[in-house]
Amino acid sequence: MKSYITGAVSGIALLVAGAVQAEPQVEVLHYWTSGGEAKSVAVLQKEFADNGGTWTDMPVAGGGGDAAMTALRARVLSGNAPTAVQLKGPAIQEWYDEGVLADISAVAEANGWADVLPESIANHMKCEGTWCAAPVNVHRVDWIWANAEVLKANGIDMPTTWDEFNAAAAKLSAAGIIPLAHGGQSWQDATVFEAVALGILGPDGFRKAFVDLDKETLTSDGMVKVFDQMRLMRGYVDPNFSGRDWNLATAMVMNGEAAFQIMGDWAKGEFIAAGKVPGEDFLCMSTPGEGFLYNVDSFAMFAVDGDDKKQGQDLLAKLVVGKNFQEVFNLNKGSIPARTDVALDKFDSCATLSSDDMAASSSNGSLLPSYAHGMALRGAQAGAITDVVTAHFNSDMSSEDAVQQLATAVANSM
Amino acid sequence: MTKWLEDNMPKMVLAPSFIAILIFVYGFIAWTAWVSLTRSRLLPKYEIEGFIQYERLFASPRWDTAFGNLFIFGILFIVIAMILGLVLAILLDQNIRTEGALRTIYLYPMALSMIVTGTAWKWILNPGLGLEATVRGWGFEDFTFDWLINPDMAIYAIVIAAIWQSSGFVMALFLAGLRSVDGEIIKAAQVDGIPTWRVYTAIIIPSMAPIFLSAFIVLSHLAIKSFDLVIALTGGGPGYATDLPATYMYAMAFSRGDIGQAASSAMVMMMVVFTIVVPYLYSELRSKDG
Repeated sequence: MKSYITGAVSGIALLVAGAVQAEPQVEVLHYWTSGGEAKSVAVLQKEFADNGGTWTDMPVAGGGGDAAMTALRARVLSGNAPTAVQLKGPAIQEWYDEGVLADISAVAEANGWADVLPESIANHMKCEGTWCAAPVNVHRVDWIWANAEVLKANGIDMPTTWDEFNAAAAKLSAAGIIPLAHGGQSWQDATVFEAVALGILGPDGFRKAFVDLDKETLTSDGMVKVFDQMRLMRGYVDPNFSGRDWNLATAMVMNGEAAFQIMGDWAKGEFIAAGKVPGEDFLCMSTPGEGFLYNVDSFAMFAVDGDDKKQGQDLLAKLVVGKNFQEVFNLNKGSIPARTDVALDKFDSCATLSSDDMAASSSNGSLLPSYAHGMALRGAQAGAITDVVTAHFNSDMSSEDAVQQLATAVANSM
Repeated sequence: MTKWLEDNMPKMVLAPSFIAILIFVYGFIAWTAWVSLTRSRLLPKYEIEGFIQYERLFASPRWDTAFGNLFIFGILFIVIAMILGLVLAILLDQNIRTEGALRTIYLYPMALSMIVTGTAWKWILNPGLGLEATVRGWGFEDFTFDWLINPDMAIYAIVIAAIWQSSGFVMALFLAGLRSVDGEIIKAAQVDGIPTWRVYTAIIIPSMAPIFLSAFIVLSHLAIKSFDLVIALTGGGPGYATDLPATYMYAMAFSRGDIGQAASSAMVMMMVVFTIVVPYLYSELRSKDG
């Protein structure tokens, strides 16, 4: 009998102790499940545990995050949101509008986020003035990758204008090399399209068209030229491009079958994993034209109950934007840190180029969100644009028709 | 007590499934209908806004393609699979020795999931890897078979794969039907010296009308809900040339956070199903009454 009582008393004592010393807890919903990404998340998990927290992992693979978003929707509707969710772009504000995000301004201000993050990226992390998400990395989307040997053998330099690119492509075609490695999936079509649009419309035009959805810019002569260039690009890909995955297209550049690929800096991970050296085996450069298109991964913090969870949220936010994590994570993932004060000694030449360009374009206002990767527009609007882009790219639609359809589709998606 | 149990047992046993169906089928149909009248985006909202989602739906060129594809795919798939199934069944019905083995071979594709079928046909139809490359390898340099990457023809490539998958099943249905025809009538016809093809067209096939109807119902619901085959074979591409209503709905609901639009497309799909199923149910019920 006595032992029962002591047992019960010590049990209560433990409970009380537990309540006093709330352990930071997070449940993190994310879709970083592939090799390099999973490794990057493990870095964060370890750091979180080292700081005394308990991490409950909730990875949902599949569909480029679609499956994770479906899981999130179910969790939110059942009133049991995860602590932190991998979300990006306007989706953060969309969830805020549903009234389910938490305010982490205290952490952000204590750690001076406003001073270390580029302004346009910081704006993505704010919901009506309060901080509601923590940025993890910056992927640059408007990269052009090239096989150094192929370019050298054909006497081609990295193109700095689209005319140069077209000339180089003609030369490569004549030499029997596929000028552009590309996979016919709609998001890849959209990736090429936005790089072309940035080059031809310029940063201001790009902002008007794909951030403000300005009808005049969408139907302008410049936009017709963008589609004209897309028609040319269609001629530079091989006949088998339909449905090809992006990493297979990267492999074509690697083994010299194709010369160029336009793809975000996750392609670099493929080159490096194959033991290629940037600057020697493969070249990286921004696509012709001014500007910088970013794709920023971030964790949005959801409103949760309980001190342990709130503490966990604050700790997670602090660690995610911390210098150490930003460096280690981005070395693993191939992107660059979102904060501008991380030393880049350990990063490769492509990453330093990306970081320099980010700083430069941030100061002259040409640091722009990628529409193709869900940074600029809501899903329905971005999707409507992509539908037109991919329909034009995969048929013989004229540029004028495409521009008309673009305006109609955007209006219809509101 | 036992009397009461005897009277009420069937109702009690059926009640749980009845309630489950009421909620999870009809309840959710009603819910979808409601949501399709709202401006729901990321999460469902419940303020009714009228037919705005349907207006958006019918103004969308992508939906036009998807809806048109449903008819191209559905009609070709059903008609060809039924003709092919019937021909195979008649050929197998000639008392041939290896019938059991042949029947299994033709029925086997049905055992594969549509994802497997789609992936296998993706490789077979890929111009750089499959059929085209092989025939060109044999020396026919001009041979082209690029349906899979041709936006105008890709939907027909899907039809091919779907027929390959399902015609064996249709054959089995018809074979069972052929066997159920009264042998005496056929023998009588043969005694009268009527040619075999006449026996089939005038006696056997007409007496199999119910089988045609079942085959049609099974195939048409396969056609309308086709989703996995498209995802595996083309992913809706090139562009969105092979989108079907089901893939359109999935894209809107799960990739684009446009639940209202997805709900309206689901309602239109349901209406298509109803236009096929309701006449069937009607004729079934009427014939039972009479």
